[in-house]
Amino acid sequence: MRNSKTLTTTLVLVVLAVVGAVLPFLLSHYYVDLLTMLFVNIILVSSFRLITIIGDWSLAHLPLMGAGAYASALITGTLGWPFWPSLLLSAIIAGVIALLMSVPLSRTTGFSFFIASYAAGEAMRLCWTRFRQPFGGHTGLANIPDPGSIGAVDFSRPIPYYFLALLITAVCLWLMYRVCRSRIGATFHAIHSQKSLARALGINVVKYKMLVFVIGGFFAGVAGVILVHRMWAISPNQFGFTPTLYLLVWVVFGGTGTFAGPIIGVSVLTLIDQLLDPLAEWLPMFYGAILILTLLFLPEGLEGVPKRLQSWYRRRQDGGKASEDSTTPENVTTEEQD
Amino acid sequence: MIGQTIANALITSAFYALVAVGLTLVFGVMKIVNFAHGEFYMLGAYAIYVLYARNSWPYFAALVMGIVLVGILGAVTERIIFRPLRGQLIPGFIASIGLVFILQVAVGRLWGVGKMKRVPAPYKGEVVRVGGVSVDVQRIMVFVGAIVLIAILILFLNRTRIGRALRASAQDATAAALQGISVNRASAIAMLIGCAMAGAAGALMAPVMSVYPYMGGMVIWMAFVIVIIGGQGNLKGAILASALFGFLDTILTTVFDSTISNLLITVFLLVFLAIRPQGLLGHAE
Repeated sequence: MRNSKTLTTTLVLVVLAVVGAVLPFLLSHYYVDLLTMLFVNIILVSSFRLITIIGDWSLAHLPLMGAGAYASALITGTLGWPFWPSLLLSAIIAGVIALLMSVPLSRTTGFSFFIASYAAGEAMRLCWTRFRQPFGGHTGLANIPDPGSIGAVDFSRPIPYYFLALLITAVCLWLMYRVCRSRIGATFHAIHSQKSLARALGINVVKYKMLVFVIGGFFAGVAGVILVHRMWAISPNQFGFTPTLYLLVWVVFGGTGTFAGPIIGVSVLTLIDQLLDPLAEWLPMFYGAILILTLLFLPEGLEGVPKRLQSWYRRRQDGGKASEDSTTPENVTTEEQD
Repeated sequence: MIGQTIANALITSAFYALVAVGLTLVFGVMKIVNFAHGEFYMLGAYAIYVLYARNSWPYFAALVMGIVLVGILGAVTERIIFRPLRGQLIPGFIASIGLVFILQVAVGRLWGVGKMKRVPAPYKGEVVRVGGVSVDVQRIMVFVGAIVLIAILILFLNRTRIGRALRASAQDATAAALQGISVNRASAIAMLIGCAMAGAAGALMAPVMSVYPYMGGMVIWMAFVIVIIGGQGNLKGAILASALFGFLDTILTTVFDSTISNLLITVFLLVFLAIRPQGLLGHAE
């Protein structure tokens, strides 16, 4: 069972790698840039999912991505540093800001955490709006340098930038996956499902809440850096509340139970976005309907679909006597009873 | 100058309280953070725009009709969306975000997104002057309307059977259910009243400000902050916090500008929550 599962995973990864390597040469530049933005959003949702493991949903994630973007825009633009050190430094800056935010945030849970995390992100955003030096105010920053070139590879072109983003995304996903699978990741899960027990075992809940927030903030910062160097300009509104809502839609639609869930969610919805382009004015309504229908009828999100089909199929075969098969313990499923 | 600031702060406080009281009632009974509360406020303002400004109903008839319609819509959304998610904090919050999207697009498609709608004031240009303080009649109506509605709500919660049932469900849903109180009905009534009050706030404010599909976003965060600071689900706390923020906001905006005021309020909120996560009048879990 386990072997066949790793085999499937490997196969999926190989197929994805091949498709990812070939795709940009088949598509127009518009779609290549679209895929690059999809990579940015994949890092974003995965780092967000990392935070949700511990049980609280942050509304400061887009502002933290913005922190990475603003940091890199200022470091490469105003200070004139090259791209690569700026990538690391900006992500660290986002992580440090996340650390500062997590001091008050780690003391709150539930509803208070929502509001406090929103307030923390908004406080930062208001600073970008208010202080024209160095953040540029409402209009934000423009003329952000591109990553330059290494040898003959010019990263200001769409396809080389696509591969740059692909590489960084792959590295980030691998790192985050390792974190999830590590002892630390197990502790995050434990805090979510059994908070009092975790506390009784001597786990410092506040420390871990801060840690997960800082890791999430770091990777959100990386996403921001990749975003900013493909855009000519950024402004505070790009990291405001509306994009945060879209992040929530992606994550809920995909499901937070597994690592792949949010990634599938954002990929499918990006595709649907493109298909529904002529109906752009109606798009938020469509998203709202998806959100509500998912929560009501598919609480685990898209990732729950195969399992549902499986159990439905088995129930049909056994004439309703099938018992629940729980192969993924991290999935807290609320099976409907009929 | 000081008298004028106090008058403005009082009116702002009453308006905040009217919005926040409904939100905290819904949270108390259903344990659902209704992000769409701001959209019910927006719908109240649109009721005035459609009935009074476009179809020239009398202002008070439009006001009452708006409150009733928004309340009923609230109860309908409770039945369809929120009942299955009751007590689940994150799913409930996210479903209400879905509702925000739907209501904003629906209103935008029906009555247009682009231009902000101006609603003519029912009492044009009438201003009350006391000493050096001048307030226009519509703002006085906001103040009086808010206080009357909140007083009615408090009487209802304390003096009637249904009101007491609501408070019991808010305190302990299981115990209330064991006493024969239908938690479903309590939730529907809480949503009906909570949304009606948001609608009332929108309907009262419509002649004072511009009416547009995204106007709910302006008030919802302040209402959330008030509910949190007051202690979640705590009515008295919410009223107290409304007064606090009404004055804080008015004074900071007068002294500095609105961005600095927002910034200081968010920082204040963070520090407050770090020190006292359960709010002003809340109890620790």
